[in-house]
Amino acid sequence: MTKKNKVKTSQTRGEDIQPSVHIDITRKRFRIGDFLAEKIIKGVAFLSITIIVLIFFFVFREAFPIFNTSKEIIKPATEQAKADTQETYGAVTDGDSKVKPNEINGAVSDTSAKKDVQETYGDVTDKQENPEQNGVQKANSSAITAKSTSTYTVSAGSGTDDNQSALKTMLSKEWVPVSEKPRYGILALIIGTFKITLISLLFAAPLAILAALYTAEFANKRMKEIIKPTIELLAGFPSVVIGFFALMVLATFLQNVFHYSTRLNSFVGGIAMGIAAIPIIFTITEDALTAVPRSFNEASLALGASKWQTAFFVILPAATPGIFAAILLGIGRVFGETMIALMATGNAALMDLNPFESVRTLAATIGAEMAEVVFGDTHYNVLFLIGSLLFVFTFVLNAIAEFYVKGKLMKRIQGK
Amino acid sequence: MINSFKKNIKGIVIEGITLVSALLIIAIVIIMLLVIFIGGKDTLSWEFLTSFPTEGMTKGGIFPALYGTALLVIIMSIAAVPFGTITAIYLTEYAKENSIIAKTIRFAVRTLAVIPSIIYGLFGLGFFIKFVGAHIDGAFFGGELRWGQPNLLWASLTMSLLTLPVVIVSVEESLKTVPQDLRAASLALGATKWQTIRKVVLPGSISGIMTGTILAVSRGAGEVAPILFTGAAYYLATLPGLSDQFMVLGYHIYVLTTQSANVDQTLPIQFGTTCVLLLLTFVLNMTAVILRYRIRKKKNR
Repeated sequence: MTKKNKVKTSQTRGEDIQPSVHIDITRKRFRIGDFLAEKIIKGVAFLSITIIVLIFFFVFREAFPIFNTSKEIIKPATEQAKADTQETYGAVTDGDSKVKPNEINGAVSDTSAKKDVQETYGDVTDKQENPEQNGVQKANSSAITAKSTSTYTVSAGSGTDDNQSALKTMLSKEWVPVSEKPRYGILALIIGTFKITLISLLFAAPLAILAALYTAEFANKRMKEIIKPTIELLAGFPSVVIGFFALMVLATFLQNVFHYSTRLNSFVGGIAMGIAAIPIIFTITEDALTAVPRSFNEASLALGASKWQTAFFVILPAATPGIFAAILLGIGRVFGETMIALMATGNAALMDLNPFESVRTLAATIGAEMAEVVFGDTHYNVLFLIGSLLFVFTFVLNAIAEFYVKGKLMKRIQGK
Repeated sequence: MINSFKKNIKGIVIEGITLVSALLIIAIVIIMLLVIFIGGKDTLSWEFLTSFPTEGMTKGGIFPALYGTALLVIIMSIAAVPFGTITAIYLTEYAKENSIIAKTIRFAVRTLAVIPSIIYGLFGLGFFIKFVGAHIDGAFFGGELRWGQPNLLWASLTMSLLTLPVVIVSVEESLKTVPQDLRAASLALGATKWQTIRKVVLPGSISGIMTGTILAVSRGAGEVAPILFTGAAYYLATLPGLSDQFMVLGYHIYVLTTQSANVDQTLPIQFGTTCVLLLLTFVLNMTAVILRYRIRKKKNR
């Protein structure tokens, strides 16, 4: 009996009181329930970790075909003879051993599949470019052509062929995904994203940090009760509403003030995204400021410093790691913001550092183009690649904010 | 004397700057609210809320969008709230505060909260539609395209992933407000741990679960990016079922302002829809804020 009891109590981590004999029977049943409940709860708790892993896996999985031929590309890239190599690789990546020795066949499956892909865009130019080639070779090997139109694998083969040029154009300056010769110059998008992030941070960070300083150090209780709920309300604003406001009101207003020519530009978008980032920066900064021990404050005041001197030279420096974290998470928010970028930035992928020009951000590109893209196409993969870029970037930002900054903050506050 | 006076002026100026930034933020919020409410108040009517769009979406109401939004948040809550609550229970009741598992889960939850919403959209597309849906089609419908395409179910599930951390954080906060004494008393009376959680801890934190649900609903109603390509539709003549695409308020705004050919003509509808969406999230958030302040008061007491 005692042995049994021991086993049972160890199951519930020994936090139960040793039961008396007569209720033991009824409790036995409950303990099975207890055991199951704990296991289920534990299992569900791992869900959030699982989701992150799944996101990693599935976003990268869809982006992966881009790198399929990456090793083979390096050789032909140095050599030229582009047309030839494309044909061979189209055939090789088809994975079809019959096609392999015959270069022409490979080319057929290649071009026709390509045509299929581009037709869906409503792009006619391709047909005009090589109608002869297509027609002649179609007659030669109609079996393979039929195959390429019907099965996924072959069109994926053509996708990998496109990938060669896709990877090459990745660092070019142009983002022209839908054309006869698609160019995926992510660089323009990255620069656009950084530009808009910078603008929105320059607007939001000082505002939010100063406001947080006011709330934490100077405000009386009544002001606090106005400011904090207001910020929470702002945090609850759907980004599409902020985007709408920026598009309809802010853009016109700012254009009237600054007299620039493009109505929707990175400046308008940056300000709007700044509005969206204010609550995050404010909340985390305020948390960091209030986490500074009261003794810091008292010591500083006792030494004869005034209230603002204490706030600026004692409290603020003590909370810098927290503020740093706030800014990092603000960057993360702006970086991934889609709806505002779609609505208020003009969406032209220009490589231009002028803040009054249109930009296209990474997230907006995904949002705008994913709906129209052909599944399994190179363009589709590139969009997922951009998605993984965004994901990795925000993940790293969050990790830095989480581990490095918080550790530092704790050390500093505890005076180590 | 003069020195301290100078110091004072400097202090007032600096304090003033911080005050001005705080006021500026409040002003931005008020201006946004006012502009949208004033712009939308003429359009708002019972008819606007309950009728279908007519004449190529240039006239008529937003009923299908409201209906779609309601379905979306309901299915989303059914998925997100139980899982979020259970995770929060694990974190507060079962896990040891500094164990590696608890730390990892907390980190995962915070990461989920900062991942851009468009990534959830991509994930929904890659996982739910192209993987789960396509496999269901292959297994049960003989390859016929039924679940392997954007629809309400996948969009709701995608949205539930996005709102999961919202639920977890607010439930966890409220679970912590249940006094340790109550737990100890329950255990001392002979209740098991699970009984204690079910009969003592959960009833004490019901307001927290409600706050979490409300916040999640408000977030889910407003987000557009995750459903851009997992189920939102431009226009539908009928009300959607689980395997159909659907109309949503947020997407409706986006479509009307940027994709529509006659933007000026639909301006009243745009303002009206934005106003409805803003009112919806505004009321929900207000309720959540009030509930949360009550919880915090309870904690401090």
